[in-house]
Amino acid sequence: MTAALVQATYLTRRALDRAIRQPGHIFFALVFPMVFLFVVSGGLDRAAHLPGFPADSFLAFALAIPFVHGGLFVAINAAVELGRDIETGFLNRLALTPARSVPLVLGHLLAAAALGVGQALVYLGVGTLAGVRLESGLLGVPVILALAALASLAFGSLGTAIALRTGNSESVQGLFPVFFVALFLSSMVMPRHLIEADWFRAIATLNPVSYLIEGLRSLVIAGWDGQALALAFGCGTALVAAALAASAAAFGERMTRT
Amino acid sequence: MARDNSIHAEGLVREFKKGPRAVDGIDLHVSPGEIYGFLGPNGAGKSTTVHMLTTLLPPTAGTARVGGYDVVREGPKVRSVIGAALQEAALDPFLTARDHLRLQGALHGLPRAERKRRGQELLERVGLTLAADRKVKGYSGGMKRRLDLALALVHRPSILFLDEPTTGLDPQSRSALWGEVGRLAKSDGVTVFLTTQYLEEADILADRVGIIASGRLVAEGTPAELKAEIGSPSVEAIPTEAGDRPALAQTLERFGGSVEGPRGGVAVRLDHGHDLADVVRALDAEGLQVDNLHLHAPTLDDVFLAKTGHRLEGAAEEPEAVAS
Repeated sequence: MTAALVQATYLTRRALDRAIRQPGHIFFALVFPMVFLFVVSGGLDRAAHLPGFPADSFLAFALAIPFVHGGLFVAINAAVELGRDIETGFLNRLALTPARSVPLVLGHLLAAAALGVGQALVYLGVGTLAGVRLESGLLGVPVILALAALASLAFGSLGTAIALRTGNSESVQGLFPVFFVALFLSSMVMPRHLIEADWFRAIATLNPVSYLIEGLRSLVIAGWDGQALALAFGCGTALVAAALAASAAAFGERMTRT
Repeated sequence: MARDNSIHAEGLVREFKKGPRAVDGIDLHVSPGEIYGFLGPNGAGKSTTVHMLTTLLPPTAGTARVGGYDVVREGPKVRSVIGAALQEAALDPFLTARDHLRLQGALHGLPRAERKRRGQELLERVGLTLAADRKVKGYSGGMKRRLDLALALVHRPSILFLDEPTTGLDPQSRSALWGEVGRLAKSDGVTVFLTTQYLEEADILADRVGIIASGRLVAEGTPAELKAEIGSPSVEAIPTEAGDRPALAQTLERFGGSVEGPRGGVAVRLDHGHDLADVVRALDAEGLQVDNLHLHAPTLDDVFLAKTGHRLEGAAEEPEAVAS
C-alpha cells in the first residue's frame, strides 16, 4: 500500500472508531430518516393514487429519501468532527506527521461514506420488511449503496469545505438547516412533473439533490433507468468534485505548513 | 553522516494580518542534546516561534534550520526529525492511548510490528500501561500530558519541541514530566526546545534559557550566567514599627543600592564584600527591630525584571496571535 493509502486507512478507522463510540450520533443519523420516511409516507399515502404517479405505493416512492437524508446526517457529523479537530488542535498534531494533506481530509469523508453505506443497508432491510419490492433486484443493491455513499461524500465534502474555511464546528452545524431545505426543495416527496408550483418545480429541477434521489428511486420503483442513474452519478460526482476543490483551497489557506 | 540535532534561527519574524509582529527578529542556536528553555509571559511570541520552527507556520522573514533542514523549503524533512507536544494536549477524547499511538505510528510510516512494539514501550515509559485501553476523556491532565509526550516520541525524533508542557499540571505531575524530559536529553541525546512561563521550570530543567518579551529575545544564557548578570543578592527587611522605615532604609543603604522591596519594607542589592551578617550587626547597633529579614538570591524573575522593566510572574500581555 502506498503511504497515502495507509494514512487514509488509519484516519478513516480513527473517524469510524470515534463515531461508533458516540452511539447517540449513530442512533439519530440512522433513526430520524426512518421516522421521517414513515411519517411522510403515512401522511402522503394517497398521493400514490394521483394520475401519473410513478409508483403503486408512496412508501416505495419515498424509500429513496432516507438514503440521502441519512447521508446528510453522517456527512454533517463528519464535517463537525473535522471542525472539532481544528478547534482542539488535533489537525495540527496530524499535520506535524509526514501525512499528506489529502488523507488528512479524506479520513472523515471516507468514514461518512462507510456509515452512509451501513445506514443504507438498514433502510433497505426496513423497506423490504415493510413490503417494498426492489424493481432492480439484488443487482440494484450495490448501486443503491454506491449512490448512498456518493450522497454522503457530496454533503460531507461541502461540510468539509465550510469546516476548513471557518475552523469551527458551530458553523458546520449551522449548515444543517440549509442542507435540509435543499433536500425539501427537490423531488424528495413528489415527482417533478407533479409539482404544481412553477417556482418549486424550477428549483427542484436545478437542485442536484433531485437527481441523486431520482437515481436511487429509479432502482426501487422502476428497475434500470440508464438516464436517471447517469444523472444521479453525474450530479453526485460533480458535487463531490466541486466541493473537494473548495475543500482543497480552504485546506491550503488553513494549513500553512511548509 | 552524523545527524544534526541542532536548531538555528536568524532574524525570525512573524507578522499577522492586521495583527501584531508576534515574533520580531529572533536569533537563536540550540546545540545537539541541549535543553533550551524559552521563557516568557503569555503573548510574548513563544508559541508562534515554535509554530515556525515546527513548520506549522511560515516565517514572514528570516531563516531557520531544524535538524539541518530549512523550515520553509524542507518542511517534510523537518517534520521527520522532530517531535512536538504543542500547547494544550490535542488528543481525541474518544480514542484510547493505544489508539493514539497506533494512529501516530501509522502516519509516521512505522511498520505494523514496530508500531506495536514502540507503542507498548512508550506506554511503559510514560506510565500509562494500565490506562492504555481507556478512552482519553477519562484521563487526568497529567496523564494527557504524558500521552502527548509519548505521541511526540513515537518515531524516535532527535529534536523535541514542548510548548508549555506543564501548564495546569499539579506539582507531582510536573516533576514527573521534568524527570522524563531530562532523561530524554541526557540519556537519549534528544535536543529539547521547551517553552514555559514558569521560572522554576526553566531554572531546573534548562541548560540554557532564552527570555522572550514582546516578540524579541531580550536575554540568553545558562540560568547561572543570567542570574550572575544581575549581581549579588539583595536584602529585604520589614520594620516592626512602620515609623522606623526611613531609619531602616538609611541603615540598609550603607550596604548597597536600593531596589524594589516588599510592601512596607526596604530592599537593597548588596555591594560586593557585604553579607547578611553585616546587615544584622548594623541593625542591632542602630537598635532597629525588624519583623522580617530576608536574603534574596537573584532569580530569573529578577533577570526578566532587569531586562524588560516588569516581572514575569503575574505578567499578562495580549493573547498571542497564532494561526489556528
